[in-house]
Amino acid sequence: MLNKVGREIPEEILKQTGKEVFQGNYYKDNTEFKKQGPITKVVMNHDTSKMVSSIHEALVKCGAHDGMTLGFHHHFRDGDLVVNMVMQEVHNMGIKDVTICASSLGKAHDALVPMIEDGTITNIQSSGVRGKIGEAISQGKLKGLAIMRSHGGRIRAIQTGETVIDISFIGAPTCDDYGNCKGVGGKSDCGVLSYSFVDGNHANKVVAVTDCLVPFPNYPADINMTKVDYVCVVDQIGVPEKIATGAAKPTTDVRKLMMADYCTQVVVNTPYFKDGFAYQTGVGGASIASAASLGKIMKERGIKMGFAVGGMSKGMCDLLDEGLVGKLLDTQDFDTSAVESVKRPNHHRISAGAYANPFNKGAFVNKLDYVVLAALEVDVDFNCNVVVGSDGVITGAQGGHPDAAQGAKCTIVISPLVQGRIPAICSKVTTVTTPGESVDIVVTDYGVAVNPARQDLLDALKEAKCVPLRTIEELRDIAYSITGEPEPVQFGDRVVGIIEGRDGTVMDVVRQVKPFTFAED
Amino acid sequence: MSNPNKKRLRRTMMFLNCQKPGLIKDPYIYKPDSIMLDLEDAVAEKEKDAARYSLFHALREIDYRGVERVVRINGLDSPYWREDIRCAVAGGCDSIRIPKTESAQDVHVVEEAVIAAEKEFGREEGSVLIMAALESARGIMKALDICEASDRLFGIALSGGDYTKDLQTHITGTGIELMGARQNMVIAARAAGVQCFDTVYTDLDDMDGFRKDVEAIHLMGFDGKSIINPRQIEIVHDIYTPKQKDIIFAEKVVKEIDDKKAKGIGVFTVDGKMIDIAFYDGAKRTIELAKASGVYEGDL
Repeated sequence: MLNKVGREIPEEILKQTGKEVFQGNYYKDNTEFKKQGPITKVVMNHDTSKMVSSIHEALVKCGAHDGMTLGFHHHFRDGDLVVNMVMQEVHNMGIKDVTICASSLGKAHDALVPMIEDGTITNIQSSGVRGKIGEAISQGKLKGLAIMRSHGGRIRAIQTGETVIDISFIGAPTCDDYGNCKGVGGKSDCGVLSYSFVDGNHANKVVAVTDCLVPFPNYPADINMTKVDYVCVVDQIGVPEKIATGAAKPTTDVRKLMMADYCTQVVVNTPYFKDGFAYQTGVGGASIASAASLGKIMKERGIKMGFAVGGMSKGMCDLLDEGLVGKLLDTQDFDTSAVESVKRPNHHRISAGAYANPFNKGAFVNKLDYVVLAALEVDVDFNCNVVVGSDGVITGAQGGHPDAAQGAKCTIVISPLVQGRIPAICSKVTTVTTPGESVDIVVTDYGVAVNPARQDLLDALKEAKCVPLRTIEELRDIAYSITGEPEPVQFGDRVVGIIEGRDGTVMDVVRQVKPFTFAED
Repeated sequence: MSNPNKKRLRRTMMFLNCQKPGLIKDPYIYKPDSIMLDLEDAVAEKEKDAARYSLFHALREIDYRGVERVVRINGLDSPYWREDIRCAVAGGCDSIRIPKTESAQDVHVVEEAVIAAEKEFGREEGSVLIMAALESARGIMKALDICEASDRLFGIALSGGDYTKDLQTHITGTGIELMGARQNMVIAARAAGVQCFDTVYTDLDDMDGFRKDVEAIHLMGFDGKSIINPRQIEIVHDIYTPKQKDIIFAEKVVKEIDDKKAKGIGVFTVDGKMIDIAFYDGAKRTIELAKASGVYEGDL
């Protein structure tokens, strides 16, 4: 069945998942549902200890079994040790057919591949997968389906009961013996625990895993003791230098600076740039450079940002320090400056649900004026792909891309026209992860294209004469004139994963890759 | 023979290593006036043929969107330069840069090879220009001879690193060690009616020092500067682009001189400054530079 972004979704996938095809951004607006609640084992006796001596004991006490679903967060990014630690124990116990529902998975989890191959893990739900797991899924090694969903989409799936987490293991930089968890402090300091709030609220069993047990009460807590069943102390939950890197040196790459400048010009010359505007940006070189140059113009014009939301890095924290931002609403800390900044007033920790869940009574992304995002590919319908590489292999993560893109009044996607030898602006993206209706402006090193649906923005930029304007088709043609038009990736028939829309519908499917064969003359 | 490109605007000439496809695939987006595709020092000895191959195909396949494509060949004392010229001319380059030029004879030898290559590959005679890099005390002393060696030669460029070694000193950042060479070269170039380009500034972390360096060579009369990174382009173009007040004044001077000449008046004042015919060429040059830099909106 063809969906709203023109992708053919096989009937058997709709049947297997019970899902509908994507039917537009606002298809589920105003609908109602009842939230799924967790099973709660009450603790009334003051003698009850929540401490367990090992992950093994935690798994046994939580009733680990074949076919269970485990929850994890990705605040430790490439420095995460929790997922592998837990899964190794699950593997040792001979448990099979596990579904992993993580907010994201990356290179830190390459060690899971043999467990995918031997049937320990048969389903994966994540914002995306980088590294060897992505390759394994694309090669068809996962027996079930990989579901790639946005950060907001994960909250929706859990709260609607589509995904029921049996046990969630929450890596906590500090925790007390009764389960009060904080993202700040300890030796694996990650600043915030936003992605695991939902696990605390909805998982049937919650295990806090920490390498820094602190005296009770560890308050104010990100995850409250009232939600935690067990506390397990281990030697190490993360590798600090891989959790939060030192602040990236400002880029000196002129191509990135050029795109940053175009992006800044787009922002300051569109109607939402006024005192109190709301903004989100990523951590790419161009995004960071653009935030810095935006700060300069804000100072000149006496304009302040009302709030910035999402993942934080030094650039945005600097703007807060300079008094140019009212509030930072933080879901993730990318560098040590952001981890430090969390402790300051007006730098608030928020849940991923408050940030981006499409199925609550209004998330922060809905209040965004601008979001600046990146993409692997953008097509002439403004559809973006941030998950599947142009070689067809799963290699990235949606993160909050579809959430912020839909929410913001002006969504700007930055991408160099050609990445390596691959045209980033193309006729048809390999996989649609964010629909074109969410994307307003594409900024490249060869010029800026405005979605024809946004004539208002196009008029504003034309009048300002601030950036070289092109149509998206012109950008695609320039890209193809440089690289040639690539032959489509050759996929097999088997669907190995689905790209879920924010509202749980099917945006696209990812098929198993097969080795490229040249057409015979 | 008069190639119209001989006098084109060349404020910036950006060095690019032909061995690196990522560098030569689309440098035009940074809008330098010229790029200098290097087959010489930047290319490892064992990679010379690969770099040439890459150069040829880049010249053939890539639309450099009006940016001048200069190819720096290997030294005349190497076994590579003749094949470099064949390759560059066959690919369609605009100019050949001769390294370590020390005499008019060096220019003649290269010119012969260029003529032969133009014939061999069916290019119009005179379509490929030549420039000469002066990199030694001898080269600097022979500057005028070199400038006048060929009608194809559009300019000379200083190569500061090799030159200071030859002079038994080094680059200091103050410009003292380059003073004599710079003066001599720019005087020779003007005497011969060709362009003159300054050496590279290699400290990319010192953009203030770079700006001062460019301001100095601009005042000395150089037409432009060799650069090693796109970050340097904006500064050079900023310094070399006539300011609006200078353009307006030059416009008045040209118009007044034309007007007064018709009336038989030789000396008069513009904005309180005494002006006579001696100011005419300078004012014309400002207008031409403003036009070439894309900032002139007047009607001259």
